[in-house]
Amino acid sequence: MKKLLSVLLVLSVFAGLFSLSGCGGNVAHIDAEKLIGNYDVEELRGTQMNFYTWGEYISDGSEGLPDVVADFERITGIKVNATTYASNEDLYAKLKAGGASYDVIVPSDYMIERMILEGLLQKPNFENIPNYRFISDEYLDLFFDPSNEYSIPYTGGMVGLIYNTTRVTEAPDSWSVLWDETYAGDMLTFNNPRDAFGIAQCLLGQSLNTTNPDDWYAAAEKLKEQKPLLQSYVMDEVFDKMEGGEAAIAPYYAGDYLAMAAVNPDLAFVYPKEGTNVFVDSMCIPVGAKNKAAAELFINYMCEPEVALANAEYLRYLCPNTAVLEDERYTLKGNPILYPTADFKTEYFHNLDQDTLDLMSKLWNEVKLA
Amino acid sequence: MKKTSLRAKILNAPYIVWAILFILAPMFMVVFYALTDRSGSFTLQNITALAVYKETFGRSIGYAAVATAVCLLIAYPLAYIMARSNASKQRTLMLLIMLPMWMNFLIRTYSWISILANTGIINSLLRALGLGPVQLINTPGAVILGMVYNYLPYMILPIYSIMCKLDYSLVEAAQDLGCSSRSVLRRVIFPLSLPGVVSGITMVFVPSVSTFYISQKLGGGKFLLVGDSIEMQFQTSYNYNLGASLSLALMVMILVCMVVMNRFADEDEGAIIL
Amino acid sequence: MTGRKKVLPNLYIALIMLFLYAPMLVMIVLSFNSSVSTSVMSGFSLKWYAEVFRDRTTLHALYNTLVLAVFSSLIATVIGTVAAVGLYGMKKKWLRSMVLTVTNIPMMNPEIVMGISLMLLFVFVGNLVGKTDVLGFPTMLIAHITFNLPYVILSVLPKLRKIDPHLAEAAQDLGCTPVSAFFKVVLPNISSGIITGLMMAFTLSLDDFVISYFVSGPQFQTLPIVIFSMTKKHVKPDMYALSTLIFVSVLLLLVIMNISQDRAEKKRRA
Repeated sequence: MKKLLSVLLVLSVFAGLFSLSGCGGNVAHIDAEKLIGNYDVEELRGTQMNFYTWGEYISDGSEGLPDVVADFERITGIKVNATTYASNEDLYAKLKAGGASYDVIVPSDYMIERMILEGLLQKPNFENIPNYRFISDEYLDLFFDPSNEYSIPYTGGMVGLIYNTTRVTEAPDSWSVLWDETYAGDMLTFNNPRDAFGIAQCLLGQSLNTTNPDDWYAAAEKLKEQKPLLQSYVMDEVFDKMEGGEAAIAPYYAGDYLAMAAVNPDLAFVYPKEGTNVFVDSMCIPVGAKNKAAAELFINYMCEPEVALANAEYLRYLCPNTAVLEDERYTLKGNPILYPTADFKTEYFHNLDQDTLDLMSKLWNEVKLA
Repeated sequence: MKKTSLRAKILNAPYIVWAILFILAPMFMVVFYALTDRSGSFTLQNITALAVYKETFGRSIGYAAVATAVCLLIAYPLAYIMARSNASKQRTLMLLIMLPMWMNFLIRTYSWISILANTGIINSLLRALGLGPVQLINTPGAVILGMVYNYLPYMILPIYSIMCKLDYSLVEAAQDLGCSSRSVLRRVIFPLSLPGVVSGITMVFVPSVSTFYISQKLGGGKFLLVGDSIEMQFQTSYNYNLGASLSLALMVMILVCMVVMNRFADEDEGAIIL
Repeated sequence: MTGRKKVLPNLYIALIMLFLYAPMLVMIVLSFNSSVSTSVMSGFSLKWYAEVFRDRTTLHALYNTLVLAVFSSLIATVIGTVAAVGLYGMKKKWLRSMVLTVTNIPMMNPEIVMGISLMLLFVFVGNLVGKTDVLGFPTMLIAHITFNLPYVILSVLPKLRKIDPHLAEAAQDLGCTPVSAFFKVVLPNISSGIITGLMMAFTLSLDDFVISYFVSGPQFQTLPIVIFSMTKKHVKPDMYALSTLIFVSVLLLLVIMNISQDRAEKKRRA
């Protein structure tokens, strides 16, 4: 018993040592001089704010990029408690229940729509967010926040087909390749119903937000047809499986393709002609935020050209900040995959009504049992 | 004897209070959700909707049963060997068995993917030997392997902790009386170690039935288990009511399985579970 | 024992260790891989280790994880052991069965159900006492103790069944108080069960993600939450490096402990 206790204690000491040694090293910093806004707000010094975001979404000081949250703390004297979630639904459950207050969150489009509908978000004072002017018009007036009162776009992306050119010789141009028997056992698809159904719906020419049960039944039939040809249903495992050549074709986000292609140059990417799903993740302030002033300051900071550049480089997703899009230092500037010039159909996910959601989960269960 | 009973009451008090607050109260909420609809009025709709899931339940229980049996087969001899080793070896082995579980679950599982994948370690070796690739990942076998890997220590440790205080003079006595080593095992060692075995089975079977992620990652998401279905109700369809009713049904089924198992095991030991 | 008799058991142990440690080996190898991918080997690199020591958030989360695991497993072990002793002494069979069934609930409740139901409970109680941000270290501690308890009870109870019930009584007849009878007679006999339970509780607590996610607040994040929330994108190899560091430290500790124990034993014999 004593021995065991000492093991546990020594472990904790190890952890303490680790956390002490965490400082130092040559990391890039955000230069306070280059910031446009005023971040020296006396009354906010020493206060705290809670920032709740996706994992791996904010430049954290790796890859020679600045640690933007630490720099915000250094410049403003506000302590940021940054925590992370893995899905919109996790975030929703947490926010809906209460018990914890968050000052800034970054939900996706359909979730913002739902949260506004259920009164979970409050309107920021845009006078305190002057850098909002950098947000490109393309990201304004979107369906989930038609008069731009609640959300400040942070990033976005589109789903496309990633394929391995050594295994797929003929470049695919349609989602139908995911039903092609030539690649049986070599294909992956999303392991969540909304995205998996979305692909079948694109192929069938339906809306991604159809509420017609017949449409959903038809899409489910399509997915049942596809199941025997699939290697597996995946989420983040898609990275390893595509990079290592375990699978030949998979749908995933364009920005993530860029990360995969950096590891495996044999990978190629295409937006299928039937159109695809597009998403936007925006910064919002939930009802019950304890430090709204700091939240607005933080959002303004995240829209700073210098900060947005660091985040865009780190995340490799779409950047809605016009200053970054014009910046010569932005390595993804005009990237044909991230910023395609050709016009094709794109559709956002909207918040579905409960009956449709129930039908979808029932049909997904059937697909998995097939 | 009355005295003991009074003391037992005092000893039990903290745990019973704890159980009422943090086990029964949340449990009551699960029952409440399962028997109501979204507006909070009473309905049996969530219970009748379970019919769709009978195959999922069957599969989950089947996989968990196989995983439990494999764990028992592997763990029993190991626990015996451990218990008969010297003290310092015992301590080391115990820590060695737990240590892998201290690493993050996702990282452990991803490592298994690297081992089992078609382009993974085992298949690369097989290919080098000219034995061709074998489909290992995305099979029911891989899911069961994941369960065995994650829960094996919970089978080994309770059996070991019973065996190390086992009275080996009984074993010797049986041998002296002419018992073959097989019948010593069957008639002496096994019955004596039964409480540990029952604990171990509970601690492996119960979490295996309700697990999720393992089937998603190692089974390629092709085999939906109950845990995955429940997670989906909470995560994608915001249907807490159906999710609650699914988990309630799961609990009832686990209890039934446990009662059946206990009847097989030993009448007296039935009290461990029920 | 003859030499041959010892080979088989050792071979068996070795095989099981191979099974348990194969993924650990993969983890260690991948932590030195310079590629960001875990499926492409592209040369030796220490950069993920540099990354671990640079990343304050992760290290802080590791610290939180260990603190939580130590406290929750210790408290659960105390409550669970006392409960097991009490349960064993319970004379009403139906009551005992009932309590034991309740004990199993945290094990059979899928994690997400337990996570969300505990979260709703904490928030409800929080609202009652007018506290809007109730979620944090205390709620996590309570949740972890709760799911650790059945493992402790199920490890201790079988040991109690093996003790001669007259032993404690005999001790009392010989002049021991009930409390000292417990510490002198019962406790030594169930110690291996208690340690087993403590080990299991510590292990479970270290690795819990789902329940922790729902009952945690903005000020207290553990390592599993950090790692699992990377799953929209990519679990980065610095997590492999961090795990390798933890793994190697514990292993080293084990070896040192063993050597010093062996020395102490030799000294005693000499």
